[in-house]
Amino acid sequence: MLILRCPWCGPRDETEFRCGGEAHIARPSDPQALDDAAWAEYIFIRNNPKGWFRERWVHSAGCRRWFNAERHTVTHEIRRTYKPGEP
Amino acid sequence: MTAFRLAEGGRIDRARALEFSFDGRKFQGLQGDTLASALLANDCFLVGRSFKYHRPRGVMSAGVEETNALVAVGEGGRLDTNSRATMVELYSGLVARSLNRWPSLGLDLGAINGWFAPLLVAGFYYKTFMWPRRLWQSLYEPLIRRAAGIGAAPTQPDPDRYDKVHRHCDVLIVGGGRSGRAAASEAAAAGKRVVLCDEGDPGAIAKVEVLARTTVFGYYDDNFLCAVESDARRQKRLWHFRAKEVVLATGAHERPLVFGGNDKPGVMLAGAVETYLRRYAVAPGKRAVVFTNNDSGHERARAFREFGIEVAAVIDSREGTVITRTLGGRRVTGVEVGGSRIACDLVAMAGGFSPVVHLYSQAQGKLRWDEKKLCFVPDGCRQAVRVVGRANGEFPDHRIAPLWEVEEDKAFVDFASDVVARDVHLAAREGFSSVEHFKRYTTTGMAADQGKTSNINALAILAGATGRGIAETGTTTFRAPYTPVSYGVLAGRDLGDFLEPIRVTPMHDWHAAHGAAFENVGQWKRPWYYGREMHDAVQAEARSVRKSLGVLDASTLGKIDIQGRDAARFLDRIYTGTFSTLAVGRARYGLMCREDGMVFDDGVTARLGENHFHMTTTTGGAARVLDWLEEYLQTEWPELEVYCASVTEQWATIAVAGPKAGELMAELAPGMEDLPFMTCRDGRVAGIEARVFRISFTGELSFEINVPSDQGLALWQAVIAAGARHGITPYGTETMHLLRAEKGFIIVSQETDGTVTPYDLGLDWAVAKNKDFIGRRSLTRPDTRREDRKQLVGLLPADPREVLPEGAQITEVEVALPRGHGSKPVPMLGHVTSSYLSPNLGRSFALALLRSGRSRRGAELYVPLEGRAAKVRVVEPVFIK
Repeated sequence: MLILRCPWCGPRDETEFRCGGEAHIARPSDPQALDDAAWAEYIFIRNNPKGWFRERWVHSAGCRRWFNAERHTVTHEIRRTYKPGEP
Repeated sequence: MTAFRLAEGGRIDRARALEFSFDGRKFQGLQGDTLASALLANDCFLVGRSFKYHRPRGVMSAGVEETNALVAVGEGGRLDTNSRATMVELYSGLVARSLNRWPSLGLDLGAINGWFAPLLVAGFYYKTFMWPRRLWQSLYEPLIRRAAGIGAAPTQPDPDRYDKVHRHCDVLIVGGGRSGRAAASEAAAAGKRVVLCDEGDPGAIAKVEVLARTTVFGYYDDNFLCAVESDARRQKRLWHFRAKEVVLATGAHERPLVFGGNDKPGVMLAGAVETYLRRYAVAPGKRAVVFTNNDSGHERARAFREFGIEVAAVIDSREGTVITRTLGGRRVTGVEVGGSRIACDLVAMAGGFSPVVHLYSQAQGKLRWDEKKLCFVPDGCRQAVRVVGRANGEFPDHRIAPLWEVEEDKAFVDFASDVVARDVHLAAREGFSSVEHFKRYTTTGMAADQGKTSNINALAILAGATGRGIAETGTTTFRAPYTPVSYGVLAGRDLGDFLEPIRVTPMHDWHAAHGAAFENVGQWKRPWYYGREMHDAVQAEARSVRKSLGVLDASTLGKIDIQGRDAARFLDRIYTGTFSTLAVGRARYGLMCREDGMVFDDGVTARLGENHFHMTTTTGGAARVLDWLEEYLQTEWPELEVYCASVTEQWATIAVAGPKAGELMAELAPGMEDLPFMTCRDGRVAGIEARVFRISFTGELSFEINVPSDQGLALWQAVIAAGARHGITPYGTETMHLLRAEKGFIIVSQETDGTVTPYDLGLDWAVAKNKDFIGRRSLTRPDTRREDRKQLVGLLPADPREVLPEGAQITEVEVALPRGHGSKPVPMLGHVTSSYLSPNLGRSFALALLRSGRSRRGAELYVPLEGRAAKVRVVEPVFIK
């Protein structure tokens, strides 16, 4: 079981969190302007790399806030966690 | 008599005799014995039958790696099947049974499988029983299962209660041998908080928390480890550890050697023989032959002689001699070495050592094949873990030369799965050269022992057969659990009523006292119907609501208070409809979609103020919807100033519905009866401060009265009292479902399943055309615009008494449900989502999702049932206008 460092609460057990998949995919500001392929790309297509991956997590049994994490998908190492909006 | 108790020595208490039974026979052991040592002391060698060939098997080891002596311990609900006799501490009254024999251990008719051994080779499942296919379910599978089952699961509930313990520590040490104890003392001296777990009892260590009879079975991320602790009578509890550092002092397992008949009772691991002599003062034989490929065999032989055992020969493969096969039936009587025979009643195998790297590997530690020591050794791990002693491959002055097999019949590699060396060669010839494929094809290492003694031998033989090195062949993945764990231990107290929270409304006790049957909706208990019998109750309740007056406890409905400067703008993006145009004091039905355009939740939301909304959600969807709102506010639109709070449990909600609802309201809250449809107002109802919504889920005149939770029961009782003269009838969820279905109102997750758009449901009116909302763009994707999507329709069975099963399929052709295999496939057009018998219609009806449903109105279709098909007519999904 992982330990994740919530940027607001500090280190907590994985069971307090929920993973929200790949991070840094912004909702298009004008979805109607996108063609079908571009829209499908936004809703259905996600990266699944073997290695470092930036993903979203929410501290659902804690402060209920979303944040981002850089996790290695093979070793499960979490290099850092950071607040939304931070690079 | 060949096995016996030595006159002195051993860590046993000779003054304390313990009675136990094995296969119904009474035996006596001593305090300090294991079941295995006690059986050996009683000269009971035959303790089980093998998995596939039902060959006689005896105790092979003295530890956790035992693959033969698997027994069922205990009785009734406490039956623990597949226990290792070598790990079962003896206690007075212990009851154990052998496994996999019928009718008895001595006479096992399943041994006939041995005659058919050529058919039961590697992959026999796939080869022998594939044809004819129709016989698979009816004949082959049941036969194989009965023939091959190891032990039977207990049929009664486990009467024991299991606890869980959580422990944080600086250093967790696994293994209480010399290295483990040294590491523990050293860490404790440095002032660290130390816990040491050992499968046996390593005794006390100063300033260390020692857990005896504790097996660490899983090593997970960030030094999270799980262990099962057992007391002397096998009562267990689960430990969860989080350690800053882990020290693995798990030792090494001795490997058997692979030669003909190496599985016979009386063939044992050399180290195990020494353990029985030293620790239990049991001599498992009088005349031994030691078979070795390394120095340790000679040391063992010396030890055996010390204890008075005659060692007939030490066969050292490095000197060019090997045992080709053993002699004897249910007990070894000798061995064949080259052309000559040596009589013996004990064969001790010394095949070298494999460090116990299971936990290390589970922790994602890397392994390296050591060509000199002939074993895998730890080679680096990201987690904070150290491996010490023999687990780290530290065998001082240990010279070994490879002997992976003596080519001979019945040379067993995996005793527990009955895999012989020839199976390994066969698998290699058939192309299963990848170690993971090979393992699955031959089932090597897949039995209860998880290959503790077999893996390396199998790998080495596979490597040889495929002309590769062992390092190149690699090893299979080690996975938790290290040893089997009972479900009860993992479940702990999270059983029955404690499985998850049970949520009840403030009126729950009233419902129970008035004969309600309850339905589980998520964690909630909701009144399902009132009375003994569902059919009659629902018919009466449904009639009453349409004719006069009914009352429903709707408190479980999800309620979310939404406030903030941008609340209206936010709801416009969340709902398919527009809420910014809603006047204060008015309410509107809203649909939520996911970004893929599929319906996600629905409910009525009212505007209480310019920047204040009261949202309702489905009972089961409340938490999900709040998560959804928060996610979008935090991640997509942080610029919006909106605050959401769950108020589900703050309000009790009572829905009064029926033609007499207005009269009731006039009496309880004068003025409220004139509330216009889809509006809300605060006021007093029966003297209680309330928020009243004039909305309807039944199609009847209806008011949903919200009061603070602690007033819920008082209001309910006031409503029941005041409604008495109208014959007010409390109704449950079943009637609610029936009434809304008569009107064609959907229930999210009954009419929807995550693949249904608002348009599929005919809810076009609830979708705004001129604004963006979550899911909007998806509603113009080619797939969501298809004409032949499944659409919501009504169904009227030709027989008005026919209540179609929910979930039943719909077909164009008249066909009954298929029986067995081989029937012709028929296109399915959709399925029944809701189905009822309506007292108001005087007939049955259903809602369904049907391919091109709207264009099929008037069509006659079929619903396949057992032995027949029900004819149905497709109609508009509104039955009461």
